[in-house]
Amino acid sequence: MSGHHDHDHDNHLSPIEARVKALETLLVEKGYVDPAALDAIVDTYETKIGPRNGARVVAKAWTDPEFAARLKADGTAAVAELGYGGRGGEHIVAAFNTAEEHNLICCTLCSCYPWPVLGLPPVWYKSPPYRAKAVLDPRGVLADFGVTLPEGQTIRVWDSTAETRFIVIPMRPAGTEGWSEEQLAGIVTRDSMIGTGLPSVESRR
Amino acid sequence: MSRPDAELATSLAAGTPIPRDAEGPVFAEPWQAQAFALVVALQGKGVFSADEWAQALGAEIAEAVANGGCRDGSDYYERWCEALEHLLIAKGLASHDGVDALASSWARAAEATPHGSSIRLENDPQRRTTTG
Repeated sequence: MSGHHDHDHDNHLSPIEARVKALETLLVEKGYVDPAALDAIVDTYETKIGPRNGARVVAKAWTDPEFAARLKADGTAAVAELGYGGRGGEHIVAAFNTAEEHNLICCTLCSCYPWPVLGLPPVWYKSPPYRAKAVLDPRGVLADFGVTLPEGQTIRVWDSTAETRFIVIPMRPAGTEGWSEEQLAGIVTRDSMIGTGLPSVESRR
Repeated sequence: MSRPDAELATSLAAGTPIPRDAEGPVFAEPWQAQAFALVVALQGKGVFSADEWAQALGAEIAEAVANGGCRDGSDYYERWCEALEHLLIAKGLASHDGVDALASSWARAAEATPHGSSIRLENDPQRRTTTG
């Protein structure tokens, strides 16, 4: 976050930049936050945590039926088994997609999001139109993302709260028999864990 | 792998542009990540709860939407900062004037800092005392 800025904007702070600096200074001076801890948080959520953690959760659920059962029963505890948890993930509920039902997560109050497993929310997730449309017209939202579900598969929309965050466990795609957990994790996209996408064998990197 | 986010920007809600994501940075600018981290740290310290935060941010966004803003999510972190400031004021941990003064000080410090150097609050020529 620091040490590599050397362009013209460096010696000018926009009003909002100055305001964030002010809030940070105030809170550091009062001892409520530690600057090093802030950097660690930014680093954690921006790079270390990211959606890869969630992808590992999904891949494990695909390959380990007992883990999947635990994940279904108590998402928070199962996710903690993999070492994920903390702020924003106190109560994680895993919503398993089935042939009959597809899950989609949103938050209509603010933008509660399972940060520890999915990293930071994408910009569109936080936009009022996404939240509004997810509730009113989930099939339309999926269409916006280029996802068409089979006839007869219903959509269940999960509205996150401050207390409960959801992660969608997509169905394991056909053609992945015999894949390792790591290979499987590679095709689990962030969007597939929000419900606005589906993992596919073609997306394998 | 083609992503439909670009189309999403125009089609998710007609007439309402949505900032694109393109699987890229989750923050448009570093200050957003800083503001985000502040809230996480304060929740971690128990200064406010997740629920209090959700209420504060939700209220800020609802107000902005009612006034015709915040419709595309682009000013989401501005609302985030306002919610944080208002929550701190409500808890008696900050005052609007205090934050104003400190923000002005940071702005002056930035202007007074030569290229290539990191901006420090001490660089504000008008700064005499620490804020309280």
